[in-house]
Amino acid sequence: MPEITSRRGLLFGTAAVSAGVLLAGCTSNESDDEPASNDQPAADDKPGKQVTIGFAGPQADHGWLNAINDNAKSRAKKYKDVTLEITEGSNDTAQQIGQIETLINKKVDVLVVLPADGKALTQVGLQAMRAGIPVVNLDRIFNSPQAYRCWIGGDNYGMGLNAGHYIGEKLKDKKGARVIELAGLDNLELTKQRTQGFDAALKNYPNIKKVARQAAEFTVESGQAKMSQLLQAQSNFDALWNHDDDQGVGALRAIEQAGRDDFLMVGGAGALSAMQAIESDNSVLKATVLYPPTMAASAIDLARALGQSKGIGGLAEFEIPASLTLYSAVVDKANVKQYLPTGFK
Amino acid sequence: MTQPVSPPRDDTPKLSPQVEPSPWRAVVARADVRTLSLLGVLAALILIGGITKPDEFLDTRNLQLVLTQASVIGVVTVGMTFVIISGGIDLSVGAIVALASVWATTVATQDYGFVGIFFTAVIVGVGCGLVNGVLIAYGTMVPFIATLAMLASARGLALQITDGNTQVVTVDGILDLGERDSYVLGVPPLVMVFAVVTIIGWLVLNRTTFGRRTVAVGGNAEAARLAGIDVRRQRLYLYLLSGLCCGIAAFLLIILSGSGQNTNGNLYELDAIAAAIIGGTLLTGGRGTIVGSVLGVLIFTTITNIFALNNLQSDVQQIAKGAIIVAAVLVQRRTASTT
Repeated sequence: MPEITSRRGLLFGTAAVSAGVLLAGCTSNESDDEPASNDQPAADDKPGKQVTIGFAGPQADHGWLNAINDNAKSRAKKYKDVTLEITEGSNDTAQQIGQIETLINKKVDVLVVLPADGKALTQVGLQAMRAGIPVVNLDRIFNSPQAYRCWIGGDNYGMGLNAGHYIGEKLKDKKGARVIELAGLDNLELTKQRTQGFDAALKNYPNIKKVARQAAEFTVESGQAKMSQLLQAQSNFDALWNHDDDQGVGALRAIEQAGRDDFLMVGGAGALSAMQAIESDNSVLKATVLYPPTMAASAIDLARALGQSKGIGGLAEFEIPASLTLYSAVVDKANVKQYLPTGFK
Repeated sequence: MTQPVSPPRDDTPKLSPQVEPSPWRAVVARADVRTLSLLGVLAALILIGGITKPDEFLDTRNLQLVLTQASVIGVVTVGMTFVIISGGIDLSVGAIVALASVWATTVATQDYGFVGIFFTAVIVGVGCGLVNGVLIAYGTMVPFIATLAMLASARGLALQITDGNTQVVTVDGILDLGERDSYVLGVPPLVMVFAVVTIIGWLVLNRTTFGRRTVAVGGNAEAARLAGIDVRRQRLYLYLLSGLCCGIAAFLLIILSGSGQNTNGNLYELDAIAAAIIGGTLLTGGRGTIVGSVLGVLIFTTITNIFALNNLQSDVQQIAKGAIIVAAVLVQRRTASTT
């Protein structure tokens, strides 16, 4: 018996001492580090305050979406001070709302959300913000600025614009040039924006006319089916813009099967297979417009900075920005080497 | 004649005026009015296509294209027709096509080349069909539920195998089958497979004991059992058959698209059921024809082709597709009831 009590006493003693050390540690942190830390860039790899980031991503049934999840996970792993709470990816609005509510209940420090449907998930974004959890809204934007602290995403309009300008420059000396468009899923807002941007760019080139547009479904199968019909419908044209490199695998198959090589093709998104095809230069695919999945890694950076109350390296602001739109660069043979590492499978 | 008092007697007065049909009507009846009306719809579509886009539509390449696009879903529909005639349903066909196509295109199977890919696709298809069949025939599960469960799990497994990636086929011999060089007398190999499956399906349904048993089970399972048919085993075979067709379709899809993706075969179940119904197969079982189903598939593919050639947008396409399904079934009802 006495042995046990002494052991218990020892335990209590150690606990008390360590608690004291811990307290001291905390207070000293708060008084000294915090004000100074505002100057530290987010990209700083030095470990800071522990941050738990909740990540609610999409169902990875598509190359780009899969790359989004991978980018988020591997970036979080890089930081010793970041714990990633990740939910099962979902394309179902109701299910994703439930998952985000779970993350709110777990009291994560920051939320990163790529909503299946931005408008439909605005309410749960608001709910998180009201609960004091800052939300980094990734790619598909919420309806209300109150529902997120920071938005980061790609530029769908710019994607169309840059694709249009690239094609326009290539064809500007050709009289009566004909262009066709293989769009993505027509019930997505982003598809409309990509088409609007494309049409806006083509307006700068009066010699070019868009003669056909068909929507596919972002899948290889639909890309092959729709492209083969387009090729049959248009016996001659000079350029094709395909919104998505995944469906582009199918589109390229259809072009090969029809034995056509009389036009130039520009892809979209930046898949590895597309970049490799551009590099080897043995098909009609000459360029692709980026929609970088690295935005997920950047979202983790921003979430970490938010959790540690830091600004962004190189910017004078103490806080991270309210919104960040990534540039839709055109990758062609000239610069493909530089972008190849970002290509997703 | 007295007023009929019970449903069985109801039939007698209706039958009497048809005792002496005109010779022309007899010919029509033998050729099956339903098939004729479907051919009429198809002819009307061809007319529309020919008028709106004469150069592009009435072109050998376009005919090859339409038939090629019809091949994959066509093979699935042949299997589906058998299942529906027997009074069942297979909601898992699209998911089985997806699973078979991604399993067959994993790097491991690509090492064994053409043979490896073909057999993996077929074995996965038959395997899924076996699970469906055992659950339905011996586990006495409702086909709707059993195949719904297969739909969910096969899609999940396909996603797990690919991890969301598109698995591109690197084996050359396979891709060549989709190229123009491999057409024999202008017929693409895919279309040949489709034709062979259709002919075998027709022979099995109309000329074998297996076919008669299928119709009997769908017409009245209890009567079929009393007549000495092993209804359970018959059902097992039917889902195996549907799975086999999905495996073959997956292989065709791999040739066509040059890859395996977990989104393959999306909504095939609905397209195949719709084609079978348009083709005159009763959803309650007991009646249906392979020719009708295949015509249903061709009608769908031709519609899609005409829409694309005329550059109609997808919203218009969907509305028109729905309207044409309704119109085709209504026309069919009308022609069927006049004989």
